[in-house]
Amino acid sequence: MEQQNSSQRIDPASVNGWGVDADPRNDPTYPMRDRSADTETGMNWEPPPAQKSEVEVLQSVEYKRRPAVFGTSSPPSGISGMVRRSAFAYSESDWRHWLMLLGADRINMVEGLVEDFARGRVPNVPGEMGMRAEWRHNKDGLIQKVAIATTVTLVAAALLGRRRSHDRYRPRRTIR
Amino acid sequence: MLAADYRGPGRVRVSSKPDPVIQHPRDAIVRVTRSCICGSDLHLYHGLVPDTRVGMTFGHEFCGIVEEVGSEVQNLKPGDHVLVPFNIACGQCHFCKQGLFGNCHESNPQATAVGGIFGYSHTAGGYDGGQAEYVRVPYADVGPTLIPDWMDPDDAVLLTDVVPTGYQAAEMGGIQMGDTVVVFGAGPVGIMAARCAWLFGAGRVIVIDREEYRLDFARRYCPAEVYNFEEIEDMAVFIKKLTDHLGADVCIDAVGGDASGSAIRTLLGKKLKLEAGSSIPLHWAINSVKKGGIVSIVGVYGPTGNMIPIGNVLNKGLTVRANQASVKRLLPRLIEHVREGRINPKELITHRVPLEDVGDAYHMFSAKLDECIKPVLYPNRGR
Repeated sequence: MEQQNSSQRIDPASVNGWGVDADPRNDPTYPMRDRSADTETGMNWEPPPAQKSEVEVLQSVEYKRRPAVFGTSSPPSGISGMVRRSAFAYSESDWRHWLMLLGADRINMVEGLVEDFARGRVPNVPGEMGMRAEWRHNKDGLIQKVAIATTVTLVAAALLGRRRSHDRYRPRRTIR
Repeated sequence: MLAADYRGPGRVRVSSKPDPVIQHPRDAIVRVTRSCICGSDLHLYHGLVPDTRVGMTFGHEFCGIVEEVGSEVQNLKPGDHVLVPFNIACGQCHFCKQGLFGNCHESNPQATAVGGIFGYSHTAGGYDGGQAEYVRVPYADVGPTLIPDWMDPDDAVLLTDVVPTGYQAAEMGGIQMGDTVVVFGAGPVGIMAARCAWLFGAGRVIVIDREEYRLDFARRYCPAEVYNFEEIEDMAVFIKKLTDHLGADVCIDAVGGDASGSAIRTLLGKKLKLEAGSSIPLHWAINSVKKGGIVSIVGVYGPTGNMIPIGNVLNKGLTVRANQASVKRLLPRLIEHVREGRINPKELITHRVPLEDVGDAYHMFSAKLDECIKPVLYPNRGR
């Protein structure tokens, strides 16, 4: 007798007792799935017309084919784009996929700043962070945050300055 | 056109972007009349969702006027005022045919786990969203729904996500007459879940949050018993004491990855991003529900992983139900609820903000300034 591969499909009807206790009323997914409306198995439906695109669209390796429509916002570019392309070599079940995408997002943030400066635009970061609303509705909190940030920066700068000054007068190590 | 423009965690501005164009015969272009900021937009805003690219326009809760339709669109025409469900759904795939419009298989190349969502990162299809003057709406014959003449557009815009998501949270709870329901989170979705729990026959509705102004609102609007978790030492013990030491029949997580309430979860999930957000409400829900009970999840988490007490799910024999709301499936019933006055969505709106001030609006909502519950953005051209 030929040895069966462990991944070989099993015919449910060949299993002793298959379906003997099936009860359609005991469906914990009701009412989210109306199974009566779909008798197909697999991707056998008539697909919608496929969208054409001139921009690069990355695709999950878990798909049989590309879904018919997609967004074309912010196509991958630069270093973050290279990382994103690498991420899509892995499935959605693989942590590397998501961690690389999160890493790409952080790189992309820096690329956004560089892009702004390259176009001669200085981004209004406080405005983008909604500091006007903070000033309007939480003035005391904002003053406190700015005071703390200023103090920490000044202390750090002072410590750094002291260290540099100390290094300048430290005798150089001689190698014999 | 003017559109919100994501620049990195905590940074959004308005930029001039090209007007959207028809890219598929089933597309429509909609001129946005109003667009909400959703609590789940804050997950994007805080950089918690992978593949959120700089330059993207957020916004999955919007309504507007149809400007142009593709060659195959039959149900809409220019001039129609429509509300647009946040799900992008083809209406003909294996999942759409089963009513799972949030799980469409023909709208998101980047991930199989979720269907396309407007303005919700490339993990949800890479579509620009409705926090803009114009937006491209794919499968325009499926999702967009004409706003009835009698309906206030401010009610309509909340039917695109908040109301259906809250309603489905209660529906997935399988609430039976007299059940005790605990809702974690008094944001707009949590408030709506608590309101809808009554529609399913709950006998007791309890809402947990830490913002007193939101708890006050929930107390009046839902109505519900409300408790501030900052005054509670141990959530599971507290809920047990409230329920004669058995636990609640149904617990709903209406918060997701941006939750507060645990320093270690905040550090791991939100600051270091070692988890897919802070899962403390899910932790509380699993440990506060009664044995054999149901945990319903509508709070959004990232796709990586979270530490949750899965052993207790097994030992307590829990049923966990979760999904993105299937808006189109629920709309007919919800429109009826609004018409009959059982649900008054627009009472949730606390702030109306010009699109140009989107940075302020995000920060105000995120930092819960000025007792903000629900901000709505209004583009100039939408007026």
